[in-house]
Amino acid sequence: MNALPILPVLIPLGTACLGMLGHRSLRAQQTVSIAGAVALALAAVALVARTATGEILTMDAGGWSAPFGITFVADAFGAIMVLLAAVTGLAVVVYSVASVDLPRKRFLYYPLTHVLLAGVCGAFLTGDIFNLYVCFEILLLSSFVLLSLGSERGQLEGAIKYVTLNLISSAIFLSAAGLLYGTLGTLNMAHLSVRAAEAVAEGNGNAVTIVAMLFMVSFGIKAAVFPLFFWLPASYHTPPFAVSALFAGLLTKVGVYAIVRVFTLIFVHDTGYTHTILLWVAALTMVSGVLGAAAQTEFRRVLSFHIISQIGYMILGVALLTPLAVAGTVFYIVHHIVVKANLFLVAGVAHRIRGTSDLGRAGRVGVYASAPLVAILFMIPAMSLAGVPPLSGFWAKLILIRAALDERAYVYVAVALLVGIMTLFSMTKIWAEAFWKSPEEKEGDPPTKADRTPMGMLAPIAALAGITVAIGLAAQPVFEFSVLAAGQLLNPEVYVGAALGEAFVTPLQGGVEP
Amino acid sequence: MKLLLALLVGGLFAAGIYLIVRRSIVKLIMGLILLSHGANLLIFASGGLVRAQAPLVEPGALTPETPHADPVPQALILTAIVIGFGVVAFMMVLVSRAYRAVGTDDTDEFTGTDH
Repeated sequence: MNALPILPVLIPLGTACLGMLGHRSLRAQQTVSIAGAVALALAAVALVARTATGEILTMDAGGWSAPFGITFVADAFGAIMVLLAAVTGLAVVVYSVASVDLPRKRFLYYPLTHVLLAGVCGAFLTGDIFNLYVCFEILLLSSFVLLSLGSERGQLEGAIKYVTLNLISSAIFLSAAGLLYGTLGTLNMAHLSVRAAEAVAEGNGNAVTIVAMLFMVSFGIKAAVFPLFFWLPASYHTPPFAVSALFAGLLTKVGVYAIVRVFTLIFVHDTGYTHTILLWVAALTMVSGVLGAAAQTEFRRVLSFHIISQIGYMILGVALLTPLAVAGTVFYIVHHIVVKANLFLVAGVAHRIRGTSDLGRAGRVGVYASAPLVAILFMIPAMSLAGVPPLSGFWAKLILIRAALDERAYVYVAVALLVGIMTLFSMTKIWAEAFWKSPEEKEGDPPTKADRTPMGMLAPIAALAGITVAIGLAAQPVFEFSVLAAGQLLNPEVYVGAALGEAFVTPLQGGVEP
Repeated sequence: MKLLLALLVGGLFAAGIYLIVRRSIVKLIMGLILLSHGANLLIFASGGLVRAQAPLVEPGALTPETPHADPVPQALILTAIVIGFGVVAFMMVLVSRAYRAVGTDDTDEFTGTDH
């Protein structure tokens, strides 16, 4: 049996268990944690290398064959998501060593981070809709604890909003999964794809569409799309910066992943209805996110609203549902996770140097004046986010806009371009207020050696910035991989054939010709 | 029976949402509990209500005797109840800590970090 598709779940879980066993020694926890994150990254690289050939890896848990057991399926899209989760996890764990305070670390901070990674990777790899719910709950519960760990007032206030809205989303997800089972009689996602096609052919399409809308609302809350995003800017600026970065990089993207998965694999029969709604949602998400960001003056709240506007771009690709557009979504997610996690990590360094995250107040010292390297490391992800060539964000936006032009969706092209410009405006606002401006009079002592940013915080930022530049300069391999992933997503019979065997592939199934 | 369960599920959802939109964080927990109960019952109802035997396979047979009840929805509900239990336990602690930190159970006062 091929165990590779389940390794990205087992490695972080094992790491978390080891970390809990060694909870008395902080040094042991840190060593185990970094080693676990490296091992996860290696497993993810192996997974991507295997799937890059177009192969889809499957593993039936417990030897119960599909569709009765729980199947883990690693296609190109799932594999690249796991790699991104692993890279973000590694960067955040290394960053945490130097930045998270001792009480939090003693309170199982590292094991919780790894449980979160296990949930995220599980969500990317599972081929069973109820197992997806379980993985969501694993990552949600650990995120609840990570968010409220420390029990500062702001954190608790943010956590209540975050927990409530995510639990409502889970209840809707659970109801939708139950109704889907009641309607189609299976939980295996590949089998659902087959059964949904059969149900539509039998004239039972409306019931499937109703369930599809329940899934859209549930995943929409998790992905923070318009008008369901309010939990995100209310909570992401409250925990330590490392936790914010992990959440910003990964959690909403799990929601986006779930939307992409079910709205390319299962619910593709009434695209005139479901995907038109997704189009509207995409445009409104982009606009409301970027306008929200313009009104904010706190570093992480500005960035939080930008997560929302960026989610809009990813949804735009799924909504258009052409091979190029879906490839654009995959490329955009690759670019976005790296950049967004990095921006939150830089925000932590800037906070440390200035002594405040408020953009309206002059900090202790200007970042550019005292640490020009940090300022440059902010510039790379910030400009990439806004889509300045030759960085990764430029190519991601270019592919999506090109796909929208091909579909003659000119309104959405205009919105995407406008939102790009407004993102640039936001980033220059942060640059001017937090990095460029120096206080008129220097208060207190000049920065000493102890004030210098530790290498442990700078190294992950530099590494992620390096990845951003590398994707920008060598966009072709990433684009080719995105096209491969999009090809698999848009031809559900490939996924079905791999997960269930060729016997299940029926001529009824939808699928867009490449 | 199906109608009764449908009304019950609807009632639980309605009561849950009503409690969630109240301003008290204690009622918020109650609302979330009712909502998850509603979801669990919905799975039970949508799995099909039949008067049937337990889906046990007799020795020597390959399939259970028909008619038999579908065990999958019950397995799903069991999983969801366990998860819901853990989440509610966490939520209780979170709410009590938040009550101590903010000093009120009025959600309108939970705006310390909203600018």
